[in-house]
Amino acid sequence: MTAHILTLTTFLPLAGVIVLLAGGRRLGDQTTKAIALLTTVATFVISLVILGRFDSAATGFQMIERYSWVKSIGLSYLLGVDGVSLWMVLLTTFLMPLAVLASWHIEKDVRRYMLAMLILEISVVGSFLALDLLLFFVFFEALLVPMYLLIGGWGGERRVYAAVKFFLYTMAGSAFLLLAILFLYSKSGAAGHATFDLRSLMSVAGGLPAGTTRWLFLGFFIAFAVKVPLFPLHTWLADAHTEAPTAGSVLLAAVLLKVGAYGLIRFNLALFPEAAKYFASFVSVLAVIGIIYGAVCAIMQTDIKRLVAYSSVSHLGFVVLGIFAFTHQGMTGGVLQMVNHGLATGALFLVVGMVYDRTHTRQLGELGGLAGVTPWLAGAFLFAVLASVGLPGLNSFVGEFLVIVGTFSVSHWFGSLAAVAVVLSAIYLLWSYQRLAYGPVHEEHRGLPDLSVREVAILAPILGLILVFGVAPRLLTDKIQPTANAVVARVDPAHPRDAAPILAPAAAPAPGTAP
Amino acid sequence: MRTPIAFFLVLSGILFGVGTAGVLLRKNALVIFMSVELQLNAVNLALVAFARMHGDLRGQVLAFFSMIVAAAEVVVGLAIIVAVYRRRLSVNVDDSRELRG
Amino acid sequence: MTPAASAFHYLWLIPALPLAGAAVNLFFGKRLGKLSGVLASATLGAAFLLSALLVKDLMALPGDGRLVVRHLFDWISVGNLTVAADLRLDQVSAIMILVVTGVGALIHVYAIGYMHGDPRTGRFFAYLNLFVFFMLMLVLGENLLLLYLGWEGVGLCSYLLIGFWFDRPEASVAAKKAFITTRIGDTFMLVGLALIVAKFGTLDFTAIFHATAAGGIAKGTATAIALLLFAGAIGKSAQVPLHVWLPDAMAGPTPVSALIHAATMVTAGVYLVVRMHPIFELSGVALTVVLVVGLVTAIFAGTCAFGQDDIKRVLAYSTISQLGFMFMAVGMRAYAAAMFMLVAHAFYKALMFLGAGSVMHGTHDATDMRTFGGLLKPMPITGVTFLIGAAAQAGVPPLAGFFAKDAILEIANHTGRELVYVLGTFAALLSAAYIGRLVFLTFFGEPRSQEAAHAHESPPVMWIPLAVLAAGALVAGWLNLTPEGRLAGFLEPVAGAVPGGSGLAVPVMDAIAIAITLSALIAAWYTFASGRVDWLAVRERFQPLQRVLQNGWYVDRAYQTVLVEPARAFAHITAFVVDTKIIDGLVNAIGAGVKRLASVGRRVQTGYVRTYALAIGLGVVALMFWVGVRG
Repeated sequence: MTAHILTLTTFLPLAGVIVLLAGGRRLGDQTTKAIALLTTVATFVISLVILGRFDSAATGFQMIERYSWVKSIGLSYLLGVDGVSLWMVLLTTFLMPLAVLASWHIEKDVRRYMLAMLILEISVVGSFLALDLLLFFVFFEALLVPMYLLIGGWGGERRVYAAVKFFLYTMAGSAFLLLAILFLYSKSGAAGHATFDLRSLMSVAGGLPAGTTRWLFLGFFIAFAVKVPLFPLHTWLADAHTEAPTAGSVLLAAVLLKVGAYGLIRFNLALFPEAAKYFASFVSVLAVIGIIYGAVCAIMQTDIKRLVAYSSVSHLGFVVLGIFAFTHQGMTGGVLQMVNHGLATGALFLVVGMVYDRTHTRQLGELGGLAGVTPWLAGAFLFAVLASVGLPGLNSFVGEFLVIVGTFSVSHWFGSLAAVAVVLSAIYLLWSYQRLAYGPVHEEHRGLPDLSVREVAILAPILGLILVFGVAPRLLTDKIQPTANAVVARVDPAHPRDAAPILAPAAAPAPGTAP
Repeated sequence: MRTPIAFFLVLSGILFGVGTAGVLLRKNALVIFMSVELQLNAVNLALVAFARMHGDLRGQVLAFFSMIVAAAEVVVGLAIIVAVYRRRLSVNVDDSRELRG
Repeated sequence: MTPAASAFHYLWLIPALPLAGAAVNLFFGKRLGKLSGVLASATLGAAFLLSALLVKDLMALPGDGRLVVRHLFDWISVGNLTVAADLRLDQVSAIMILVVTGVGALIHVYAIGYMHGDPRTGRFFAYLNLFVFFMLMLVLGENLLLLYLGWEGVGLCSYLLIGFWFDRPEASVAAKKAFITTRIGDTFMLVGLALIVAKFGTLDFTAIFHATAAGGIAKGTATAIALLLFAGAIGKSAQVPLHVWLPDAMAGPTPVSALIHAATMVTAGVYLVVRMHPIFELSGVALTVVLVVGLVTAIFAGTCAFGQDDIKRVLAYSTISQLGFMFMAVGMRAYAAAMFMLVAHAFYKALMFLGAGSVMHGTHDATDMRTFGGLLKPMPITGVTFLIGAAAQAGVPPLAGFFAKDAILEIANHTGRELVYVLGTFAALLSAAYIGRLVFLTFFGEPRSQEAAHAHESPPVMWIPLAVLAAGALVAGWLNLTPEGRLAGFLEPVAGAVPGGSGLAVPVMDAIAIAITLSALIAAWYTFASGRVDWLAVRERFQPLQRVLQNGWYVDRAYQTVLVEPARAFAHITAFVVDTKIIDGLVNAIGAGVKRLASVGRRVQTGYVRTYALAIGLGVVALMFWVGVRG
């Protein structure tokens, strides 16, 4: 069984899908939710086996599963995991049960809702594990459908507009991706062996002229930049986030956006290292603009979900900036920040959802004084806010710091401008906390219940991890590093770069002893 | 002496032309349907004629094949027309233009 | 391993104790009830005892070997950058932990009485304990990132505690203002850390100092690093131009003002500069900047303090001004003098804040000095202890403040900085004058309101800490009778020798200082307490000046007009014009364009079956024609 652990993790939710489909309407709403929860928890447990079997020292792909699928066109079913995708998969499987729990109050069409959630999990995990480009594309496109349904079916007032915008925007980006994939495929055919295998295509792409790889880079880049989202391709995000149901927002922010950043590392950097270097400053400029622009936009938002959405634009800018610094610290920090953002923003959306369930408003102007009425809920919100703000000791700080340090050694300007986000994030997030939790409480909000047991069960794991990864980020970085360093070395083979120069090691006294 | 192949082909062409005109010009679904049958049979005629000319049975086989397909199609097509008529009390094809962009 | 060294194994317990207290109080505070304050104070008391023990062991080590680094675990390790969670105990951090835990414990005890009856005492003490934990991490961290952890952590606790009474709008606004203003400085500091990593490859103090001594960096780099770090210190220590948050921060409970905004957190900036002084010294320019900022702040805040009517705001501006003195000392390389002043200030300013809290407690939360008067009689213990604190700050010998301020002015004079000496003396005059005004308006003369007339003394749990602090303020001066005194000697291995030189003879300067202090105090007494001057009328006559001072020279309003409003307008335009109209507008325009194109294209679909049939037929013909032509 463990030989097919990746397949098992990817398609275990399918079991839940089959049960739900077979059960049909006979299953009650509660049973349906329980089956979905059980399936996602089981998937998480199974995915822990991947973590257990993961070899931290290795740089290449591990636990590879390869079957020829459509021989005539060279399509194969090819899965593998490395230090980057490992955490993306675990983040997904970890958040899914929480998202299902957060959807417990859904009453409309529960069966379809849960089906969409489970299919979403399959396609997201699949995109993180697929090493065959066409297989990846299938998963990458497949995840749009359940998310489209979640937003359009269970979203807020402007849900249809948001869902269509989300779908079309990302589809438009994917068109370029498909073109680029097919072009590469044709080149591999010309080179003698038509294939979509990423590992073979890496050498195929290496043989192409620089101009061609740059165009191909852009093809991949547009698709992923929309997904990240990178300024100025971000406007679908605010609408989608705002209108999506709580679980949808959580998964959108925590997981779906990561597919974009992941794609940049997995495909853009791996396939076109030269082009990546060529476009590095261009991408970094976009990332820095996004960091500041997203933060500035977030300051003025009055809708709390919109505010968090714009904060995602800012935070994902950090991820991309770190990746395209091509230093060990930047790359590891960028990947780390992907996990951190998933947890911190996921937690924010979860808490905001709980606030909405109670008050039925997302407008900050209509909230206030919740610290007195629901102290634990407000406390949880503050905790998530502080994680997002990058308070040292919580997870995001380490990632942000590594990105800033890693970028700073390449460009003082980019590093310093990214640091400005430290102030801006404090402004918009603390201001939102102040408007939500402080001040006089609204009359109709008096007597709101504080966190229920179910909500504590949702928040405790995620907030706990935020603290754990803030104190012990090495739990993550030790597994990310070998892969991240290999990516950096591939892009910049001449000088494997470190942010820190090695000074003459002056005779520093050994720590732990009094000299 | 055999009848020249051209005779068959001309007849087939005339039948096909009549059928085509019927399809394009008539509005009654039943008549259009009959015209389609006419077209099919015109082609069948051509097939059989060619088969005889070449002394090859494959043309006749194909003609049988298309007759069977036509029969199946009639079943489905008539059923649809009846269903449409029940709903709209009309077999005028111009009355059903839901596909208009 | 020597027995002394093994005691250092428990160094981690010093921050861990208040952290544990914070955790227990946070989750079980409600159930603990009144015990929460006792628990919080007990953890700090234990931490203080442990600190005293360890400092004693540290003193037992040979003079130049007084450095203990305890490795806990590797926090971050990526590439060749490793940041460990290491604790460092040396002379500077020894002084700091004694002040933090000692003064902190007293304030905790006081807070038990002050917060009595508040429904959320558990939360309060949890935050207070958490603050102490972060403050200890700040001063004990062996690298700049741990320092930064503590730095941000104390900022957070300050935010939470200023906004503790969150239903008061001014409290929540002040809390946010404090956090954001200090974070502006922190941003520069973060860039400074990045620059240090880029140049040194490490954030460990020991390694940085070795590399600096070995000439590892250029002078310009040192200046850049020093100024970036100092920007952080400006924010945290409320120096000009980032001082605006501290007076507003008085909206928090008074023990918070005493602990965070007088004794400990705001001195973190001084600690940072003292800690990083090798870099500042290498730069040279940076030290001058520190000196100038300190001097400007000392005078500026002194004038503002003179215009305040709110007793806590006087003390807030006074704190800013005194911190300016400390930075002046640091700017003249007189690190020991700065640390001495830091310790002395921690005692007398905490004492005065707690005294002010006691006054508020006795007068139903009145803070306007115009309504006080004659409080010495109903509140004798508070009054006397407050007088000691005020005398210490004013510079009455032989109290702590006299020696501290004198030492700084003396160094200014002896190192040939005449202008600094003169201006510093002026600032000292101001501080004696405004503190005199405060004392005489509050404790002398006749009661000017019902509250003042019916004031009552505070319970022992509040006045005992006052008494202890007063004793401390009395004897703290003995720590450092002369600039070459004991504290300086203790600090010399870390901070270097106290700069010397020649100038006015010491007794002459002492005489000048005493004369200035006494004349300022007498003038204050004559104006505000002798009953011979109608000070309210005088105040009327100088109305514009008075109003300018009261509003802190309108710096706040200037920031509002010059920075905040334009920034807000900019953000508004970005969010609602650039984003929604231009960028998203473009996206929607593309959508609309496609729609319009489609509305033309849809006409092809007539819906008539016969049109479709004709199209198919024509298509077949065209295809056949094409195939025929090609064939």
